[in-house]
Amino acid sequence: MTDVAMVEMRGVAKTFGALQVLRDIDLTVQTSEVVCLIGPSGSGKSTLLRCINFLEPYDAGEVRIEGRLIGYTETSPRRPMPHHALQKMRRAIGMVFQHFNLWPHMTALENVAEALVRVRGFSRTDATGRARAMLARVGLAEKEKSYPARLSGGQQQRVAIARSLAMEPRLMLFDEPTSALDPELVGEVLQVMRDLAAEGMTMIVVTHEMGFAASVADRIAFLDHGRIVASGSPRAVLHESEEPRVRQFLQTYHERNSF
Amino acid sequence: MDVSLFLHYGPSLASGLGVTLLCWAAGAALGVVLGFAIALLRRLPVPPLRWLLRALIEIVRGTPFLVQLYLLYDGGPAIGLRLADIPTGILALGIYGSAYFAEIFRAGFDSVPQGQIEAALSLGLSRGAILWRIRVPTMLVAIVPALTNMLIILSKEVVVLSVIAVPELMYQVQSMAAETFAAFETILALALLYWLMVELVARLGRAAERRATAFLRAA
Ligand SMILES: Nc1ncnc2c1ncn2[C@@H]1O[C@H](COP(=O)(O)OP(=O)(O)OP(=O)(O)O)[C@@H](O)[C@H]1O
Ligand SMILES: [Mg+2]
Repeated sequence: MTDVAMVEMRGVAKTFGALQVLRDIDLTVQTSEVVCLIGPSGSGKSTLLRCINFLEPYDAGEVRIEGRLIGYTETSPRRPMPHHALQKMRRAIGMVFQHFNLWPHMTALENVAEALVRVRGFSRTDATGRARAMLARVGLAEKEKSYPARLSGGQQQRVAIARSLAMEPRLMLFDEPTSALDPELVGEVLQVMRDLAAEGMTMIVVTHEMGFAASVADRIAFLDHGRIVASGSPRAVLHESEEPRVRQFLQTYHERNSF
Repeated sequence: MDVSLFLHYGPSLASGLGVTLLCWAAGAALGVVLGFAIALLRRLPVPPLRWLLRALIEIVRGTPFLVQLYLLYDGGPAIGLRLADIPTGILALGIYGSAYFAEIFRAGFDSVPQGQIEAALSLGLSRGAILWRIRVPTMLVAIVPALTNMLIILSKEVVVLSVIAVPELMYQVQSMAAETFAAFETILALALLYWLMVELVARLGRAAERRATAFLRAA
């Protein structure tokens, strides 16, 4: 398995009605790599990320997870994959959303334990034990009985990360995990993500946190109008790129973030 | 008001109350189950099925319960449906209620934020687990008041069953009134009993609502 990429996207395209949102996307992510996706609003970052776990069905091209095509059968012509097979593939892929998406009627602990019971077949006791350990890992051991409505945004996002990690994913997708947070809460979530990257987790992160991208990413891909127009090391993309759209984007970013 | 009258008619009033409660509970249960099933079926990506169910709902909601009851009572035997009076009444209430419950559940399903479903999908939860563990508990918050309301409305439709001689409260009260000529007292008593019953359900509904939304307040 060592030579099989964790994620391999080939010629992926996606349209919403008349709007072409992704065009000819090629992206390969190796095990333990951290790739950040950046780009202007509406450029297709979320859509690209959501194609990887098939929350968004792509129209053309292929997305392979550890060599296996996701969302479609290998037959030709291809057909949508059976739901249970898709759900099985998704177990290996954690996803963290901008708005956390915790289940409001469950405590922090129950949120983390739920999929362990329903998907992994853990007993309640084992699931609770694992869930406690996961909450401790994101620094929320004392919040296990709290409902999401009583947690700060940063805490909710850390519970959401714990919920994904409990499933022992081999790949983690993050869609602007800090964009909905008050500035003083961004750090605690980024720290959890840094730790995760340091432990060797394969991560694809859509973010506007250039500091995080520069220091944690192995590679940055820049999207514009549904195309990857620049890709490479953080240094190559953030400092050395000649691509006008990248420079324009970074200039706007710097202007907005300096005072 | 002549109290001895009520003592004399006590047993038949009590049995009437029993039949009313039975028809109400069984009709409501049937309505909820059918309504939930209809709401689920309407979510399938099968357009003809959707149109059909939608048409059924519109027909049931667009005609008086009394008319539906007669249709079932008189028309049922013609299609081989031979039921005793009480089961006919329960079935009619169930069908009538199902159209409204189906709409309540539809709105409930729509109220569940898509993000919560996507989170569940991303973790690999099955459709069944997503329905029972995520959709239903989340939507209860939004729909408990509407469900309670519909239960109350149904309770009041039970009196209509008296026209097919279901021996529920209204039927008993009418016989009592006919025999004693004490129409005002007996109807007043009926109204009071009903009000008590409805008040009880309204209270239960509020308790259920508090329960369903407990997580919004709990520390
Ligand atoms: N479900 C949808 N139906 C129709 N259009 C959509 C849908 N989802 C996204 N789009 C459109 O696709 C384009 C790309 O959207 P996407 O959310 O992927 O952008 P993004 O790069 O993540 O932007 P942002 O930084 O604002 O999150 C946008 O023009 C958006 O309006
Ligand atoms: Mg986005």
